[in-house]
Amino acid sequence: MTMATASKTNSQGAGRKINLQVIGPVVALIALILIGMALNSNFLSYANITNVLARSAFIGIIAVGMTFVITAGGLDLSVGSMAAFVAGLMILTMNTLTESMGVTLPVILLGVALALAAGLIAGIINGVLITRVGIEAFIVTLGTMGIYRSLITWLADGGTLSLGFEMRELYRPVYYGGIAGISWPIIAFAVVAIIGEIVMRHTAFGRHCAAIGSNERVARYSSIAVLKVRLATYALLGLLVGFAVVMYVPRLGSASASTGLLWELEAIAAVIIGGTLLKGGFGRVWGTVVGVLILSLIGNILNLTDFVSPYLNGAIQGAVIILAVVMQRKSASDR
Amino acid sequence: MADPILALRGVDKSFGPVQVLHGVDFELCPGEIHALIGENGAGKSTTMKIIAGYYDATAGETLWQGKPISFQSSDDAEALGIVMIHQEFNLAEHLGVDQNVFLGRELKRGWRLDHKAMRARTSELLERLECNVDPSAQVSQISVPSKQMVEIAKALSRDLRVLIMDEPTAVLTERDCEILFRQIERLRDEGVALLYTSHKLSEVKRVCDRVTVLRDGAMVRSEMVADISEDEMAAAMVGRELSDLYPAKAVPQNEVMLEVEGLSVPGLIEDASLTLRRGEVLGIGGLVGSGRTELAEAIAGLRPRTGEVRLMGEELPAGEVRTAMERGLVYLTEDRKNAGLLLDKGARENLTLALLDRFGKVLIDRKAEEAALDRAIEEFAIRIPERGMPVGNLSGGNQQKLLLAKTLLSEPQVILIDEPTRGIDIGTKQQIYGLISRLAAEGHAIIVISSEMPELIGIVSRALVMHDGRVVGALEGDDVNEGSIVRLAMGLGETSKEAVA
Repeated sequence: MTMATASKTNSQGAGRKINLQVIGPVVALIALILIGMALNSNFLSYANITNVLARSAFIGIIAVGMTFVITAGGLDLSVGSMAAFVAGLMILTMNTLTESMGVTLPVILLGVALALAAGLIAGIINGVLITRVGIEAFIVTLGTMGIYRSLITWLADGGTLSLGFEMRELYRPVYYGGIAGISWPIIAFAVVAIIGEIVMRHTAFGRHCAAIGSNERVARYSSIAVLKVRLATYALLGLLVGFAVVMYVPRLGSASASTGLLWELEAIAAVIIGGTLLKGGFGRVWGTVVGVLILSLIGNILNLTDFVSPYLNGAIQGAVIILAVVMQRKSASDR
Repeated sequence: MADPILALRGVDKSFGPVQVLHGVDFELCPGEIHALIGENGAGKSTTMKIIAGYYDATAGETLWQGKPISFQSSDDAEALGIVMIHQEFNLAEHLGVDQNVFLGRELKRGWRLDHKAMRARTSELLERLECNVDPSAQVSQISVPSKQMVEIAKALSRDLRVLIMDEPTAVLTERDCEILFRQIERLRDEGVALLYTSHKLSEVKRVCDRVTVLRDGAMVRSEMVADISEDEMAAAMVGRELSDLYPAKAVPQNEVMLEVEGLSVPGLIEDASLTLRRGEVLGIGGLVGSGRTELAEAIAGLRPRTGEVRLMGEELPAGEVRTAMERGLVYLTEDRKNAGLLLDKGARENLTLALLDRFGKVLIDRKAEEAALDRAIEEFAIRIPERGMPVGNLSGGNQQKLLLAKTLLSEPQVILIDEPTRGIDIGTKQQIYGLISRLAAEGHAIIVISSEMPELIGIVSRALVMHDGRVVGALEGDDVNEGSIVRLAMGLGETSKEAVA
């Protein structure tokens, strides 16, 4: 029965509908901005915009990586826990190094290098388990999600790992500073997003990700190194998690068992809202950026107004996610 | 003859601005096997889908037993006993045969499923079809012909009045076709109206009672089969007289391009050897499942193998598709929908997929891609109504030509082509045969795997025949004929071993 209805819609004016689909998330974003402006005059203030964008940078950077994983037909549930664990490792290392090297720039640089390396390795571990051992991505990353979450709890002994006070002061500008009034996390997010968009649309790697997600067998018969490309998507995501942590640690200077909680779901949600197909085969990084902004603007608007309780943030985000998938379903049958 | 059970009167159908059917009149009578033939894109599938309730006609009417009727969906049509069997089967691979037969109309006892009754009914139906598949077997485990029988059993489980089949014989070997024909003849005798499409005119001539020819969305001829010859059918389809379908055969040169020695794939192929020369078109015949495809895939690096493969004198490592392609050997898959093309992507993405590194170092040069597509469209006469459209919406013939263009983009020297013309019309077939012969004349070495005897006989200068994972014979010149190929393919006797090597 579903087949019959699908075939029937197929025949009429597919071209125009797809266009509407493409700009759908953008329309939603603009609507949210208009609502925000109408409800609170502070919404468009420099402070508020900077705050929203800077906070969404972590999820945003991770979501760009997630776009590649999902486009290639994969999934990674472990990124939130991975971020917490990498943050914990980074803080512990920097504290230890501070004892011997003092409060100096090299300590920060070593910490940054460690965070990036740890993220990359964690991503590679996921990728190897999925591609070489051949376990479902969902299962592997569900497992590593639990492992990293438990490891950070253990490292912090159930409490909070904090960066030394002086070190925190030295590292702080990486989150709170910036150039020309734009803070570093926003710049970092923008750079990652732009590079991600170019890689997705204009390089062989991006094309190969879409091909694998669309039909792995066709990709294999087209002499694409399927396993290598899929492994690379997880490695890239891990590296970006490390990078997000580098921007995150100077914000609070601490990590605990609740750091990065539910980040994986927010990142996946942003990717899907942006129009990337959950089953893979088609992805767009700019859509993901729009998705990230939509999710954080919902939270922000609820905080700024008494219209709806901020406690309902999750409910509204959830509704948006479901709505996005409903729209995606329609467009899939159009094609 | 009986009154038509179902008829179309002046049916038009448009998809957006494109009109694909123009005033089609068509009658289907009970107790008749009716063939619908035409080139790819002539409107056969659209006509069938209108009859089966998948599409609405844009204009004109559908008559059921003389009265106008309109279907909301295929469910309405099925309720009347009109069932369509698609080229890609509609079976749940992970469910059992019996579960599939009763899918959506499960028999119940109270609120519980009545497994016993369903199994018994299924085995009754399968028995009627002379199909000895176990009703409890999982569908993914049974063969393609058996799956087709399961589809027919599924149709039979309702009160079947009209059975529509979209190229049922495209995926069957000749022997399985015979079984299918016996079944549809039996259904005809029971008063069922059968409509089916095929690109094999000899089959239409033999099996069908009436034939309707579509060309460019219009009905050009509808005759009793007895009153029309195969040549007349072909001429009606293409709108012109077809000159000889097969081009002159190329003459092989002496230079050896590909040598395979003692190739084995565990469980599938045992000790296969062959030699291929420059300018040669070598055929590989045999039944589906005899290891033909697996042999080609193993040579091309798509399957792990043991044994030696030498390409232009140099050893080719096992399991490395990329290396094989870079060194000039490519394989064109028989399964263009699942292994050949990304159906949801456009022609450009598909064409360059295997060779993106040739289109820009870091960033892909889209202009160069477009130019390559322009050349491919011209060289292979591919018809693409809208450049960006998903290739899944192209007709089978155009998909096949695009797949050829994609496979040949790397300018290979040795080309393994698996089922070059499966499910495509006679005009396109002729183009593809011409292309193969031209490639050979230009000095390429080509292996053609085919289930279609006339094709194999028509284009190859030498043929190997496989049976049960082994190369059981080699035929040359006039020995390449239907009789010897079938004998070898069925495992009856081998030719001398020297000929094989």
